[in-house]
Amino acid sequence: MMSGKLIVQNARIADPASGRDAPGALLVENGRIEAISDNPAEPAPGVATIIDAKGMLLAPGLVDMRVFIGEPGYEYRETLKSAGNAAAAGGVTTFVGMPDTDPVLDDHALVEFIARRAKTESNVNVLPAAALTKGLKGGELTEFGLLKESGAVCLTDGKKSIQSSAVLRAAFTYAASFGMPVVHHIVDYGLRGQGVMNEGLFATTLGLKGIPREAETVPLARDLQLAALTGVQYHAAQISTGASAALVATARNDVAHISAGASINNLALNELDIGSYRSFFKLSPPLRAEDDRLALAAALKNGTLDTIHSGHDPQDSEGKRQPFADAKNGAIGLETLLAAALRLVHDGSVPLLTVLKAMTSRPAEILGLECGRIEKRAPADFILVDLDYPWTYEESAIRSRSKNTPFEGARFTGKVMKTFVAGQQVFSHD
Amino acid sequence: MAMPDSDDTVRSSASATPFSPFRHRHLLGISQLDPFEIVDLLDRAETMVPISRQPKKILPTLSGKTQINLFFENSTRTLASFEIAGKRLGALVSNMSVKTSSVAKGETLIDTAATLNAMQPDVIVVRHGSSGAVELLSQKVGCSVINAGDGSHEHPTQALLDALTIRRHKGRLNGLTVAICGDIANSRVARSNLLLLGAMQARTRVVAPRSLLPAGIEQIATEVHTDMRKGLEGADVVMMLRLQRERVAETMTPSVREYFRFFGLDEEKLSHAKPDALVMHPGPMNRGVEIDPSVADGPQSVITEQVEMGVAVRMAVLDALVANKANA
Repeated sequence: MMSGKLIVQNARIADPASGRDAPGALLVENGRIEAISDNPAEPAPGVATIIDAKGMLLAPGLVDMRVFIGEPGYEYRETLKSAGNAAAAGGVTTFVGMPDTDPVLDDHALVEFIARRAKTESNVNVLPAAALTKGLKGGELTEFGLLKESGAVCLTDGKKSIQSSAVLRAAFTYAASFGMPVVHHIVDYGLRGQGVMNEGLFATTLGLKGIPREAETVPLARDLQLAALTGVQYHAAQISTGASAALVATARNDVAHISAGASINNLALNELDIGSYRSFFKLSPPLRAEDDRLALAAALKNGTLDTIHSGHDPQDSEGKRQPFADAKNGAIGLETLLAAALRLVHDGSVPLLTVLKAMTSRPAEILGLECGRIEKRAPADFILVDLDYPWTYEESAIRSRSKNTPFEGARFTGKVMKTFVAGQQVFSHD
Repeated sequence: MAMPDSDDTVRSSASATPFSPFRHRHLLGISQLDPFEIVDLLDRAETMVPISRQPKKILPTLSGKTQINLFFENSTRTLASFEIAGKRLGALVSNMSVKTSSVAKGETLIDTAATLNAMQPDVIVVRHGSSGAVELLSQKVGCSVINAGDGSHEHPTQALLDALTIRRHKGRLNGLTVAICGDIANSRVARSNLLLLGAMQARTRVVAPRSLLPAGIEQIATEVHTDMRKGLEGADVVMMLRLQRERVAETMTPSVREYFRFFGLDEEKLSHAKPDALVMHPGPMNRGVEIDPSVADGPQSVITEQVEMGVAVRMAVLDALVANKANA
């Protein structure tokens, strides 16, 4: 089935970019979509591989804008290969690797090396993001032009947030010249202080220091103004509060080239999930109150929130099996991204195509990629999803090298059954 | 939760009534206790008070048992109190102070737990600088664990000894007005006391500048005051908290002299409380920072009695968890 033609019959083809959601068949040739037929039983003379989707959803493969791999430097947490396997199982056919590696991806030779190595090591598309500042130190800018040429799809300081407004202005101005999207994780370190979870009654009850919402909204307001000033294509990496969504909505009335993302964790969970100091729920941004989660879901529905990512961040047990305040931030999420997002569909808060768009065509559009849509000549990156399949996420089934999932033992409805990258099957649930 | 009858909240110290088995394996916080269990522990502690006052201070219910005091934070008085409590019950007591760098803290915690567990202790008393650390440790060992203070979370035996001291003077807890003053934001003593006093239906007031009050405190305390005179008005009990000098800068408290002027307990401010109001402090005190020496050592102070009750409460808790447990 590697070469030649492939047809998927009897599918419910959903394409958020065009708004299509109807029965049909998909013909693939040489790794690209050759035709989309409205006839689910489209005859396929001479097609080597015929797949009967049995009415399952056929959607574009997911595009995940925020994944921490661990290679190079932290291979014990995750490698390109293990991340690729986890991604394929989760229906993620393209992901952006963050530059928070050792060494940091702040040099074009490193970016080129990772981009090339990913092609041989990973069965899904791995696109490197390059550091915005050297060493992620928030000071000296990296070589944006050279980094773009070597394959970086965007510029970001990953988990780090740049504190200097002057550096940000310079970075935004320079990035605009090269048409490079800038993705920024927004935290005011001073306002965050020693905080480890959402500020509020629950943090007080646990005796943990809180992170106020303003540690996000204050720098976000600055970023949005600087984006308007400089004309950069700006993406707020992850917002976690209703107030942040409101700031983005207001700013976008005047400026089109800004966008915002959120972690699936902030859309599926809230601070109470921390329960009794469960460090797998220690995240940045922190899980917020249920009101914030609902506000993010509403922002997704009305288009204010552009993208949803997994924020996949493997941490070993040494880093996580600690008292809450001492534990590392981060959770894995490639394998559960779609299933967790489908909760928003099943509970009626956001329509299916809107949820899919935030994980397919919208991130692809922001990054200037041709994937993330089901259309003629697009790469044949797609998934077959059984929307009603009930399953439980067990630790023993985790493909990632690290097991720090906030969804251990979680019950999901809806699962990726098959994943295809460039027309080749890279995952099948058997 | 129904309240115990007020008549039941005081049991004669001479009573030899046997107590029913205590149903918890650990004492991690006041939050795990219902009002009946709080009263039960106070009653048990009441019976322990005379043991420490008799010439031969021994009630060997923990004879043959091993108690480890594992302290990750510096402590003199709490460590001594738990040690004396264990020894008066006849336990073999071993003290371990673990100095840690903040980076290796958790690793040391779990490794130490596994190591100590292999020595087959019957109870481990733990103090740790991180909230939740004692609970984490309790999940890794096969014996009872007592929280002797974890971060800014809980310090249950302090709240119990405070309650015992109050009950011995006032005869009850319900309906009393208790003002807790000072660094509420960083205080485990305040949290445990608010939980206990709230469960026993006392009226709780917190008194501090807003910078020392944690988010959501108005949902925990009955009243929140930033004016100390109003906060002390008609109070039955005034509990002062320690303002750690190293936290003065961290909490944006401009200076010690300003703090003492507005939030330190002196005779004038105390005069706004009831004439027979108790003055309490968990110690160690910063005289001249949060409390004036004349008040600390004055007629309304029960601060040294708190220390005595501390031993009784810890004897009671050790006895309840180790000697008198449900599934012995």
